[in-house]
Amino acid sequence: MHFIEKFRLMTAADMNRVLLRMASQIVENNPDLSNVILVGIRRRGVPLATRLAQKILEMDQVTVTTGALDITLYRDDLSTVGDRPVVNRTELPGNITDKTIILVDDVLYTGRTVRAALDELIDFGRPHRVQLAVLVDRGWRELPIQADYVGKILPTSEREIVKVMLPEFDETEQVIVVEPQ
Amino acid sequence: MPLHRKDLLGIAELNAGEIELILETAETFRDINTRQIKKVPTLRGKTVINLFFEASTRTRTSFEIAAKRLSADAINISASTSSVVKGETLVDTALNLQAMAPDAIVIRHSSSGAPARVAAIARAAVINAGDGTHEHPTQALLDALTIRHHKRQLGGLKVAIIGDILHSRVARSNIHLLTRLGAEVVLAGPRTLLPFGLEKVIDARPGSLRFAASIEEALRGADVVMTLRIQLERQSGGFFPTLREYSTQFGLNRRRLELAKPDAIVLHPGPINRGVEIDSDVADGTTSVILDQVENGVAVRMAILYLLAGGESA
Repeated sequence: MHFIEKFRLMTAADMNRVLLRMASQIVENNPDLSNVILVGIRRRGVPLATRLAQKILEMDQVTVTTGALDITLYRDDLSTVGDRPVVNRTELPGNITDKTIILVDDVLYTGRTVRAALDELIDFGRPHRVQLAVLVDRGWRELPIQADYVGKILPTSEREIVKVMLPEFDETEQVIVVEPQ
Repeated sequence: MPLHRKDLLGIAELNAGEIELILETAETFRDINTRQIKKVPTLRGKTVINLFFEASTRTRTSFEIAAKRLSADAINISASTSSVVKGETLVDTALNLQAMAPDAIVIRHSSSGAPARVAAIARAAVINAGDGTHEHPTQALLDALTIRHHKRQLGGLKVAIIGDILHSRVARSNIHLLTRLGAEVVLAGPRTLLPFGLEKVIDARPGSLRFAASIEEALRGADVVMTLRIQLERQSGGFFPTLREYSTQFGLNRRRLELAKPDAIVLHPGPINRGVEIDSDVADGTTSVILDQVENGVAVRMAILYLLAGGESA
C-alpha cells in the first residue's frame, strides 16, 4: 500500500518542547519521583520514556527509573491477525508493587494497546497507581481509557495514520499524518 | 520473517531464517519462566493434545507446562491408557481427536513418519515430539538455544556428537540444525552405529559434517560435546558386545573431555545412563549444561506453540 503525507504535525523542535512540558507535568503530579517508573510500550514508547526521564533529570536532577513493556502476548486480536507478531522482551526494573507506573506510548488510538499493557503490568505486581502519557491522542477510542499527560490532541479521520518518527527507528524525527493512497 | 507453516515435523524442512525466528521467540519466553506469575493469556481458549505413544518425562512435561504457561488447555494421552491398547489405528485415533477440534496435536511415536501421517489428516497444527529414528525437532531447537547462551552463536563452532547416531532422532535433527546455522559437526561412535553416507543424504554445507575415526579425534578441539543416550529399547541388533565395552570405548569421562576446548560444554538429551555414555562426574560437572537444556525446553516449546497454534482456530 502507498501512503501520501497529508501534513506535518510536529517538528523535532516541537516534540522537544512538548516532551519538556509533559515532563514538568509529571514532576508536578508526582512529588515522590523516587517511587515513579516510566514504562515505555514497545516500540516507540520506549525511547519516549527515556527522553521524559532525561528531561526530568535535566529539570530536577532526579533520575527516574525506566522500563519497557512488550504487549504482544496480551493482545486481544492475536487469533485474527494473519502472521504471528514478533515477540520482544518486557524489561521492568525490579518489583513494581506499590510503585507509580507511568505508561508511555507514542499514539493513543483505540485504547486496546493500553488495555493489554495494564493486564501485563498487573501480572508483574500491584502498582500503587498507573498513569498514561502519550505524545499524540488521535481519538477513536474503543475502550474507556484516557491519558493523564498528552502532548497534542489531534482530531483525525479513521483512514489517517499518525506516524511518530524517532531517530531510534526512523531516519528523521517528526510527527506526520499520512493516508493510504 | 514469519513461520508460514501448519506443522513442525522436522528441522530438515526449516530454513535458517525460520530457525532463527523460533530461537529469538524462545528467548523472550525464557523471561516468562522466571517471573512470579509464569503465565500469559496468549493462547486462551486453545487446546493442545499431547499424544505420546512412547515413554517420556521431559518432553511431555515440557510441552504440558509450555501450553499451560500460554493459557492453553493441555490434555495428555499416553498409548498405554488409550484405545490404542484396544487396537485402534493411528489414523482412527487422529481422526477422533481431530473431531474434538484441538488447535495443536503434539505427537511422539516409535514409527518414523507417524506425525506426518497425522498432519496430513488433521486440521490442527501437528508438532513432532520425536518419531522413530527420524527427527526430534524441539530437542534440536532447545539444544541450539542452550549452545547460543553459552557460546553466543552457532556459526564456526565445532560440535562433537558421540554415540548411537544410527538410531538417534536427536542426532538427526541436530545435524540438520547445526550445519544449517554454520557449525561444524563431527560424529563418533561404534562403527556399527554410524550411518556412513549420511553426509550425502543430509543437505549439509560441504565439509560441515564428517565422521571421526575415534571418540578422541571427535573431541579434540570441540566447543560443544553432545552425548547421546544408548537407547536400550532399540539395541536388539547386537551393535556392540556389552554396555561395559561401550562405556570403556565411547563413554564420556573427565579424561576424554580434556581433549575438548577448556571452555567446552557438555549436552545430553536425557534420560542419562550414568556410567554408560557419560560418567557422573561429567554429567554433574561444571561444564555440563544438561539442566539448562531442560529449562530451555519449555521456552522453545512455548515459542513453537505460539508460532503454530496462536492464530485462527484450526
